[in-house]
Amino acid sequence: MKIIVAIKQVPARDSQLKIQSGAQWIEEDDLTFEINEPDAYALEEALQLKEKHGGEVVALCLGPARAASTIREALAKGADRAIHISEESINGLDTLAVAKLLAGAIKSEAPDLVLTGLQSDDLGYGQAGVVLAELLGVPHATIIMQVSIEGGTLRVKRELEDGWFQFVTMPLPAVLTIQSGINKLRYATLMGIKKAKTKEIKVLSAADAGGAGTAVSTLDRVYVPLRTKVSTIFEGDAKSTAAQLVEKLKFEVRVL
Amino acid sequence: MAFKGVDYLLIDSQFSEQELMVRQTARQFIDDKVMPRIKQAWNEGQGFQDLAREMGALGFLGANLEGYGCAGMSNVEYGLLMQEIERGDSGLRSFVSVQGALVMYPIMTYGSDAQKEKWLPKLASGEAIGCFGLTEPDFGSNPAGMKTRAVLDGSDWVLNGEKTWITNGSLADVAVVWARTPDGIRGFLVERGTPGYSTSDIHGKLSMRASVTSSLAFSDCRVSQENMLPNGKGLKAPLGCLTQARFGIGWGVIGAAMDCYETARQYTILRKQFDDKPIASHQLVQEKLAVMITEITKAQLLALHCGRLKDEGKLDAAHVSMLKRNNVAMALDCARLSRDLLGGNGIMDDYPIMRHLCNLETVKTYEGTDHIHTLVIGERVTGIAAYK
Ligand SMILES: Cc1cc2nc3c(=O)[nH]c(=O)nc-3n(C[C@H](O)[C@H](O)[C@H](O)COP(=O)(O)OP(=O)(O)OC[C@H]3O[C@@H](n4cnc5c(N)ncnc54)[C@H](O)[C@@H]3O)c2cc1C
Repeated sequence: MKIIVAIKQVPARDSQLKIQSGAQWIEEDDLTFEINEPDAYALEEALQLKEKHGGEVVALCLGPARAASTIREALAKGADRAIHISEESINGLDTLAVAKLLAGAIKSEAPDLVLTGLQSDDLGYGQAGVVLAELLGVPHATIIMQVSIEGGTLRVKRELEDGWFQFVTMPLPAVLTIQSGINKLRYATLMGIKKAKTKEIKVLSAADAGGAGTAVSTLDRVYVPLRTKVSTIFEGDAKSTAAQLVEKLKFEVRVL
Repeated sequence: MAFKGVDYLLIDSQFSEQELMVRQTARQFIDDKVMPRIKQAWNEGQGFQDLAREMGALGFLGANLEGYGCAGMSNVEYGLLMQEIERGDSGLRSFVSVQGALVMYPIMTYGSDAQKEKWLPKLASGEAIGCFGLTEPDFGSNPAGMKTRAVLDGSDWVLNGEKTWITNGSLADVAVVWARTPDGIRGFLVERGTPGYSTSDIHGKLSMRASVTSSLAFSDCRVSQENMLPNGKGLKAPLGCLTQARFGIGWGVIGAAMDCYETARQYTILRKQFDDKPIASHQLVQEKLAVMITEITKAQLLALHCGRLKDEGKLDAAHVSMLKRNNVAMALDCARLSRDLLGGNGIMDDYPIMRHLCNLETVKTYEGTDHIHTLVIGERVTGIAAYK
């Protein structure tokens, strides 16, 4: 089974972000970058599927030259080889362009399964995987919490809202967008880190991947959300105020 | 909370991507697997031997050795690994140092092919644990005087004597034991369960509590001739191992110092005294932080330079003495300064500082005391050996 995992390099999660003058993107000079979190889970899922079913895991990354470090990390964790669509200005690309480039690189590989993260930690559109499936002409399922493959059929568990799940059976090939937490991430072993150096990274230009085409949506302005201070006083007895507080912490502040 | 590293002088820019990746694996492992349980391990005097296999699978054991399942890391990568492990605890770093530098290294360097094939893959994977027996009750700084003897009887060597302060002693499946023979000092591989070989743990340690330390006793203990390390003779053989381990210590203690410094830095920013001002706003407090970060930075540069020299095959034992002596003293100073900055909290086991401080007292003593390394440096610059 050949699995392609699309991984993106994004600013590290605890970064102090500064907006570029012109408000088109963030200042990248002092940032450290890492693999997009859901993509790390997608990679892990691919590696586990390979361990079960055999085959090959190919890491695919669209990004500037610096993304090579994230690609090598994927190779160190166990991807067999990688494809890097080298494009310096990916922030100017819309989802359709990103998906076109990914599809352009994927088509000739004819994989059995394509995994992406549910969404990217920087832009957070959550669309690349879905549009990609459309361009490849294969079925897709999103927010995947579990994957099993039996006799060429895929059975996946999707996360819905409010603690509900949905099981979907679908044929291969397919695209799945993976939710963080689906599995337990492995460490890159020191042997894996050393071996990564010997693995193939095929570098493609955007043109090699069929070109990005013209953008159908554009990023207008990047800004920090305005801070509005609202105080809430919970009314009622201890039990009901505690319940209200937990509700807020869970669904508004999302720390629980 | 995940550790972000301490890098005042952009020293990270001097590391390759692969070196940083190795550090990242070690850093994550320590944050996930050691930090959550170190307080309890320390209080209960428990070692981390249950992590041996996982560390083996990650390539942490004998990481800078090549072949037999070892990771084949460079010495700088190995140093960064030690740094992160000792940021967790010096006891865990001791476990890894002994296994790699004091057991696997001598088998690799002085061992026969049969010894290498028998032991190295198991030691690299963590399936087997090793210990290194050089120190004796009457001979610590001066191992040349050792009393443990081995005499040939037919085709067997018969060992008699006692070793003490042996890290991993009672855990070990194999002990690398140094003994006097008619032919000079030689190394022997003594397996657990060999008749005449027994171990007992040393209790009451107020340092290295998360590490097992034992005494080894040999009473007419017979091992076959195949158990002698054929290619190392004289005191320089065990000293060669110590040079490897001391190199790792020189890096490791930087991790302990970083943990102390970072704990104190964060604490002094949050802790308020006098007019609701953070104690970090006081000049005397800032001076201590400034001294620590400066000393840590110098120690990082010393370690990095020594690591690059070692990778070029140019690092000798007297160089390593400077690295070990300076960096251990630096780490102890940082631990004491940090302890001070936390006030009463500084003595509590909720913070790592007192534990590092106590551990570092051992690190100052073992693998050549501070004095002995001073005298090695003195000998290098004067040509006169003052310790003899
Ligand atoms: C927790 C722990 C783990 C250890 N693990 C191991 C192990 O795995 N294997 C092993 O073989 N050993 C191990 N050791 C032993 C360690 O290496 C010795 O303790 C060390 O070599 C010092 O020996 P000593 O304790 O006998 O002190 P001594 O040699 O008696 O030294 C006491 C003091 O005298 C000073 N001194 C001695 N001679 C001189 C001199 N000529 N000039 C100036 N000062 C001098 C020393 O510097 C020191 O300050 C361990 C020790 C500890 C505490």
